[in-house]
Amino acid sequence: MSQVPIQFKLNGQDKAEFIDEAATLLSVLRGKVGITSPKAGCEQGTCGTCSVLIDGELRLSCITLAQTCAGASIETVEGMDTDGKLHPLQQAFLDRFAAQCGFCTTGMLMAAKALLDKNPNPTREEVVDAISGNICRCTGYEPIIEAILDATGGSAGSYRRA
Amino acid sequence: MEFRKDFFADERAEGLKEVGHIRQRQDAVGHVTGRTKFFDDKKTTGLLHLKIVRSPHHHARIRNISTHEAERVPGVVRILRAADVPENIYTMLSLINVGIPDEPALAFDKVRYKGEPIVAVLADSPRTAHEGADKIRIDFEELPAVFDVEEALKPGAPLVNEYHGQNHFDYDGYSHQKVRLGDVERGFQEADHIVDERYQMSPIEHAPTETQGCIAVPSDDDRIDVYSNTQALFFSLDLSALILKMPSNRLHFMGGTVGGGFGGKVDTLVEPLAILGAMMTGKAVRHSFSRRDEMRAGPPRGAERIYIKDGVMNDGRIVARQMRIYFDAGAYSRLSAYGAVKAAAHCPGPYTIANVYVESYCVYTNRTPSTAMRGFGVTGVDFALEVQMDKLARTVNIDPMEFRLINAYRDGDMKAHHKRTEGAALIECVQAVSDLAGWQIDPKYRSYSSRQPGAAPAAAPSPASQPSASAPPPPPPPSSPPPGTTAPSASSRISSMFRRGR
Ligand code: FES
Ligand code: FES
Repeated sequence: MSQVPIQFKLNGQDKAEFIDEAATLLSVLRGKVGITSPKAGCEQGTCGTCSVLIDGELRLSCITLAQTCAGASIETVEGMDTDGKLHPLQQAFLDRFAAQCGFCTTGMLMAAKALLDKNPNPTREEVVDAISGNICRCTGYEPIIEAILDATGGSAGSYRRA
Repeated sequence: MEFRKDFFADERAEGLKEVGHIRQRQDAVGHVTGRTKFFDDKKTTGLLHLKIVRSPHHHARIRNISTHEAERVPGVVRILRAADVPENIYTMLSLINVGIPDEPALAFDKVRYKGEPIVAVLADSPRTAHEGADKIRIDFEELPAVFDVEEALKPGAPLVNEYHGQNHFDYDGYSHQKVRLGDVERGFQEADHIVDERYQMSPIEHAPTETQGCIAVPSDDDRIDVYSNTQALFFSLDLSALILKMPSNRLHFMGGTVGGGFGGKVDTLVEPLAILGAMMTGKAVRHSFSRRDEMRAGPPRGAERIYIKDGVMNDGRIVARQMRIYFDAGAYSRLSAYGAVKAAAHCPGPYTIANVYVESYCVYTNRTPSTAMRGFGVTGVDFALEVQMDKLARTVNIDPMEFRLINAYRDGDMKAHHKRTEGAALIECVQAVSDLAGWQIDPKYRSYSSRQPGAAPAAAPSPASQPSASAPPPPPPPSSPPPGTTAPSASSRISSMFRRGR
């Protein structure tokens, strides 16, 4: 299979790679660049574990042709914490026990970041809608929804903190 | 309310108030920063990808397997077949001497469920592995299949698994696990009402977000390093060594990071072939289930069919309970022989009933082999029992909470397994739950305690239960099970083996 060159920004840094022309963005990030926060839960666009931001938009990297990302700015969880300081969403996920096995967590954080970057004060319904493409099989969605609401500074949810 | 501390009293701190509080997991920072390393995050060079060719049929004879075309696909490195596996026929619980080898790592003469592995293709990319797998040609002769546990036990049903010779697990000469106490027929005659019902559980898929998989890497010290997401690391190590007929000290398993398991990552389905591939090629091999593999061939919870016939008095006492349980193992034993034992051990629920008769079968069908899931064996029985309890309560027009309190077991009561009850706390739990739910129960039931004898005395085997309120429960009576308690050696031996359970 022929190789094609590609350049893009990853978490603010310039990257250049030779990739298979049919490669997905997920396989390039994980296999070539060595970024492992996007996970391959289904590789068919149904679970959300491979979620990344492309030019600020939430995208499933498993069904994104890597070539189409030429010149794009890509964000992953690796770029969320800066200088050892966690992003408010990461801190809220810790405080709310919103990550159990952790396999869905990075995708959830991306979906949440996509929402808050555009809408810093979402309603509970908007939060639910924002993560509706992300499956979690362990934690349960309530702690995740509450964590995202917490990160906005206010909790409108009904989840009871004991 | 009194909190029981009969067990682990010296290890349990006073005044624990952990329930309902959030405590940070030790691995949580790794999770939220993406730094947690799952098996597939392991960096390896020159990785080969293993793809399984699976049976499209529920039950079929394999007439011929042709790999020639696949071998010519560029990128395909090696093809594994049954003859390449040193000890191809195995059974999971052989490690603890339960059951006989009944399952091939790769099928060769016939397939017994849809999705059964037949050939493994090793190639230099996932894509070429798929292309190679696509070119494997297998001729099948379809056979009649059976999907229903009761159909499978009828004479003339298709034989699912020749290694067993019949469609049920053999418990040292017995077709099922038994629990016997008193005389149910006499109990039914005495009863004011009989409630006879059938319950059916579903074979639920665990659907973890991370599918099961591993990477096997030949290491410099003549071992194979295995990065796995198994839920049972040493079990997988030992079983791999057994299937590959190699000393277990040549295998180095690393795991403990599991992207959701729920029991579904207990069976050793990926490691043996990955290790074999690594040994045969000298390269690192990745064997990861696709989502399709996980959903189609990944083992689900075993579905149970449960019949319960109860005799109940107008005053709410259950006087007889007869249960028949069929545990659907699917095509192979895996852990299901254990599941059926757990199901029997859980009967007749946390209630004191004088006459109990239980049969629990582990049955083979042409369905996907089932495995552990969240209290398997017990969960299904509880579902059936508690729905039944509600039906009984309605039959005699008693509040469902009070109905449970009337029948709840208490310290010293004789259980159906001929052991005295110890550390009972059902009454206290029901009382606490009623309070939390704002459910009114009669003050009479408020005064009930697990430490005091109940209204439903165990009629059958003497001596009747009369522990004093403060004394520890009496020791179990000498074990001389009454006639009818068959297969004591088999059931007690297996039960004690399984006591540590998952
Ligand atoms: S891996 Fe991309 S949606 Fe599941
Ligand atoms: S924490 Fe396991 S899938 Fe969400």
